[in-house]
Amino acid sequence: MLSTRNRKLKIILGQLYALWLREFKVFLRERSRLVASTFNPLLWLFVIGSGLGSTNLQIGTDYQKFIFPGIICMSVIFTSVFFGSYIIWDRKFDFLKSVMVAPSSRTTVFVGKTLGGMTTSLLQVAIILVIGVPLGINYDALSLLQIISIALILSFGLTSLGLTFGSYIESLEGFQLIVSFVVFPLFFLSGALFPIDNLPAWLSFITLIDPATYSVDAIRNSILHLGTYSFELDLQILLLFTLLITLLGIFSFKRMKAV
Amino acid sequence: MIIVKNLVKKYGDFYALNGLSFEVNENEIFGLLGPNGAGKTTLIHILATLLKPTKGGAVVNGYDVLHNATKVRESIGVVFQAPSSDDILTGYENLKIHALLYGIPRGTREKRISEVLKLVGLEGRKNDQVKKYSGGMRRRLEIARGLLHHPKVLFLDEPTLGLDPQSRESMWTYIKEIVTEEKVTIILTTHYMEEADMLCDRIGFISNGKIIALNSPSNLKQEMGGDIVKINFIGDIPSTETFTRFDFVHKVELEENTAIVYMDEVNSNMHSLIKDLKGVRTIEYKKPTLNDVFLRLSGDSLSGDSPEGGFMQRYAQYKKS
Repeated sequence: MLSTRNRKLKIILGQLYALWLREFKVFLRERSRLVASTFNPLLWLFVIGSGLGSTNLQIGTDYQKFIFPGIICMSVIFTSVFFGSYIIWDRKFDFLKSVMVAPSSRTTVFVGKTLGGMTTSLLQVAIILVIGVPLGINYDALSLLQIISIALILSFGLTSLGLTFGSYIESLEGFQLIVSFVVFPLFFLSGALFPIDNLPAWLSFITLIDPATYSVDAIRNSILHLGTYSFELDLQILLLFTLLITLLGIFSFKRMKAV
Repeated sequence: MIIVKNLVKKYGDFYALNGLSFEVNENEIFGLLGPNGAGKTTLIHILATLLKPTKGGAVVNGYDVLHNATKVRESIGVVFQAPSSDDILTGYENLKIHALLYGIPRGTREKRISEVLKLVGLEGRKNDQVKKYSGGMRRRLEIARGLLHHPKVLFLDEPTLGLDPQSRESMWTYIKEIVTEEKVTIILTTHYMEEADMLCDRIGFISNGKIIALNSPSNLKQEMGGDIVKINFIGDIPSTETFTRFDFVHKVELEENTAIVYMDEVNSNMHSLIKDLKGVRTIEYKKPTLNDVFLRLSGDSLSGDSPEGGFMQRYAQYKKS
């Protein structure tokens, strides 16, 4: 009994590894995707960061440093949601079908994909963290651990979100909808670019229901000691969001049509 | 090996499959033949547990496709119509990923990958990215992938679609070899008559979601009633009697100026048939092909409109741009 269970577990781990390996290798070889997704955050960091930074804002620190946590999260948001919704592509080619006829459960496929999304996000974050050093961002072991944990949790949730949308949308044009109605709002409403302490009530409310808000705030706590909420609260709310989205994602993925 | 019973698949008011029943024996190559849009791919999708039928059911390798999907999946390999390998990965990597997905244990994995690569003649190209493969090589890689886990049944959905005549013929050789080497039952769909004729032990003709004939290629052709002789006349056609009085004539069809005669042994009987005829303009003679059989059965041309053919073209355009 135990050995069949062990065997099953081994197979599932193998399947997760397979799905992860595929995503990881594809990501590494698609240089254009890697370059594009690294370039974008830099543009924000340097152009918006320096541009708005020169206008003397009252935010308690240098503006470029202020948005640095936001740009980390932005990178995670873009990478993860795109990654999840790439499933629309997988379906256009028959790759997804070939995975669906393998004896692996939908949940396994879902988790495997999410692990792939987390890995690519983590690579992006690592690049940005390195760029932070010459900008005068100081990390210690604790803050690095905190940043990486937050980035991974957010990435897990948002890859799930991308997969959720991707499982409902059939045409490639739908991808554009996700960009406009999911990716950009998640980013702009997260307080990545502005403090969320003194916002008008309507805007303040929307930032509250954006999971990215808590990631930005948590990382700001961690490296700038400037959070609106405490790191612990941020972490708890983020975990809750991620759990809900993941459940929704697995549910959607299970009822998705294979062909 | 496969039992299909009264299968119905409805999309809105459209019946993709309309009460389909047949059985496939172990170790045979079974061809599903029919025009584009006849329901071949829908049928494969149902048998591969990707699609649920509206009514009816099917059993693959002793497992019900509705209630025992995982067992069915372990028993089958599928090669889809559209490319399903990652072209940015190498042939070997594609196979390794699928070996893991199918839970092939580490001890036998590498050996099995080499085996299937050799079987489809790709061992020399295993470390090239798939985007450097030709269309035929890519299809062969996907066949190798479908065979990795020793499936009992291999589904090939239009295995030679879009291949040039040469690659097509070499693909046939590979497919024949696979059946003997791997002892696997193959179900293939095609709309190429000569392909079905060459490869299949038995053929099921699908038209409008129904099997309209099922037999071996030679029996199907036999059912046509022998060789076909078309005699075109300058003036009036003689009566049916003129032809049917011979024992070797099975059947005669008269059109405007042409008599179509179905008869045995043209070589020895042609002389008797035409020696008394007057006003003959031309005589055409041919052995019946599966195409004739199909046209006769369905009264329908094989070159139907294709709701499914479009994607490969769009894909080809996308790759170019």
